[in-house]
Amino acid sequence: MKRFFAWSAFLLGSLIFILPLIGMTEFSLSMRRGEYSFDAYASVLSDPQFRQTFTYSVVMALVTIVFGILLVVPTAYWVRLRMPHLRPIVEFITLMPLVIPAIVIVFGYIRLYNTSSWLPLTGTSTGTNILLMFGYTALALPYMYRAVDTGLRSIDIATLTEAAQSLGAGWVTIFGRVILPNVFVAVLSGAFLTFAIVIGEFTLAALLNRPAFGPYLQLVGANKAYEPSALAVISFVITWLCMGLIQIVVRLAPKPPAQSH
Amino acid sequence: MAEPFLKIDHVRKTFGTTTVVQDFNLDVGSGEFISFLGPSGCGKTTVLRMVAGFEEPTSGSIVVGGKDVTRLRPNQRNIGMVFQAYALFPNLTVAQNIAFGLKVAGEPRADIEKRVAEMLDLIKLQQFGDRYPYQLSGGQQQRVALARALAPKPKLLLLDEPLSALDAKVRVSLRDEIRAIQKELGITTVFVTHDQEEALSISDRIVVMYGGKAEQVGTPFEIYNRPATKFVANFVGTLNVLEGTVTDAASGRVKVGSGEVLLKDKLNGSKAGDTVSLALRPEAISLGRQPGRETTLGGEISEVSFLGSVIRVRVGLGQEAVSLDTFNSPASPPPAVGDKAEISFSPDDVLVLH
Ligand SMILES: Nc1ncnc2c1ncn2[C@@H]1O[C@H](COP(=O)(O)OP(=O)(O)OP(=O)(O)O)[C@@H](O)[C@H]1O
Ligand SMILES: [Mg+2]
Repeated sequence: MKRFFAWSAFLLGSLIFILPLIGMTEFSLSMRRGEYSFDAYASVLSDPQFRQTFTYSVVMALVTIVFGILLVVPTAYWVRLRMPHLRPIVEFITLMPLVIPAIVIVFGYIRLYNTSSWLPLTGTSTGTNILLMFGYTALALPYMYRAVDTGLRSIDIATLTEAAQSLGAGWVTIFGRVILPNVFVAVLSGAFLTFAIVIGEFTLAALLNRPAFGPYLQLVGANKAYEPSALAVISFVITWLCMGLIQIVVRLAPKPPAQSH
Repeated sequence: MAEPFLKIDHVRKTFGTTTVVQDFNLDVGSGEFISFLGPSGCGKTTVLRMVAGFEEPTSGSIVVGGKDVTRLRPNQRNIGMVFQAYALFPNLTVAQNIAFGLKVAGEPRADIEKRVAEMLDLIKLQQFGDRYPYQLSGGQQQRVALARALAPKPKLLLLDEPLSALDAKVRVSLRDEIRAIQKELGITTVFVTHDQEEALSISDRIVVMYGGKAEQVGTPFEIYNRPATKFVANFVGTLNVLEGTVTDAASGRVKVGSGEVLLKDKLNGSKAGDTVSLALRPEAISLGRQPGRETTLGGEISEVSFLGSVIRVRVGLGQEAVSLDTFNSPASPPPAVGDKAEISFSPDDVLVLH
């Protein structure tokens, strides 16, 4: 009986998620009347705007990931090592982006950094890109911080740090050769989540008027019939590739299971 | 002692308002193996961490090889450290772990490889260079940790309860191995433990610590046979304590139960009627009269435990009781509970506890 309910719940869930997917995929393949074809995909992929916006978002995602790692890993490490009493506060701060809507963040940015402010970042496209990257970092912060913090918990960072120090290592060596490699898997899963977030993000990019993939998705969705479905399928595949990569990296990483002491 | 290699001079450490180490002084000679022995929370780790540089003394100074290192950062001290939890880098192989300190020091690659091979030889793990720490037993991991600490040729080796996480058999074999390696390299070593047998068996000298202070510093023989304080006497080894009443301080006579004990020395600072505590090791007491053990007391056997090669017997002496060990002899049956018995010991072996 229990089994029956478990299975029906599972089935119902699958239907809710899978049926729309199937429907959407089916629709994206039906551009040509009466037969299935990849015409919609061809149309999407041959659109130069698709390539431009997608490349832009991928580059932004990579930059955001690098910046996020450099910001989050040392912070989480230092808080755990030297200021464990501040952990709840830091954790709370990293959760803020989940409660503050992106639109609030972006209006704040525009107010603070507009062309007549003391730091007119929005005046140049590089400046705006930097601003956008900060915004993306904030959006990804809850996921990045949690992933890294969990990774740090699985190793005894205090003793490893002291062991490295007694062997003559300074902070840069400790960070690069001891801490980072041991939280590598956690950092990667944070990185892939960041990637997925940045690729699909709309609000920040649209309001800062940057040529990103999210606004392009919206534009195509408003003006075409079959292409939006094809784009959605492509985004979906990219997201799942990210998830799959996390799994593969976790399996293949040479890092042994955490020591249990 | 000639010029001490490690000098801990009037070191104090407070955390907030609690004083954890108070006025700690110690001179360690070059090549010496010193153990810090004491109960949990007495400050052993804290003193060791100040020598390593992980804690800064509140006052006092630490000198290593003629150089004041009190304010130096740990990575500038060239002091090797071995931790209870091994603390091997999980992402590096055994060989890479051992090479870590050499790489940090920027040694040429060929030298590093040679030194790593040497160290693997030293800890007898030649075949294990490519393994990861999680593929080794606890004892093997700790040997790697030792090799890693020794590889950069540190001036000083510090070990904080390195054997506590291991099971009994490995503990004994590894402690002998640590001692053998230490002697071979002649490296000055400080070893922290709360296991008295460990400390007694491998140290040149032992520092018995209690409440953030060094209670006594001495060779294992001195610590065991001539404990300076009541704490040391009780903490190290098994001890029989007899409460007695001074009958004649000048000649050192003390009444114990119905008998009388004549001490080797007179009791300075006591007068007739005072109570004193007399302590005796179990092996210093014989059942029956023995040549060379002139003092005798009469009593009754209250407990007999057969331990194999030795038999531990408890003898009641009125209010008091003592434990003593006799060797098992297949020819004669062990004493029985309730038998009248006489114990004997030498006045030389009686410790007067103040
Ligand atoms: N960072 C710290 N802050 C506050 N108190 C501390 C700190 N480190 C140690 N103490 C206190 O100092 C005292 C001595 O600690 P220490 O670790 O030196 O003891 P120990 O002799 O090594 O004990 P054990 O055998 O249990 O390892 C303890 O009471 C401990 O609570
Ligand atoms: Mg300790």
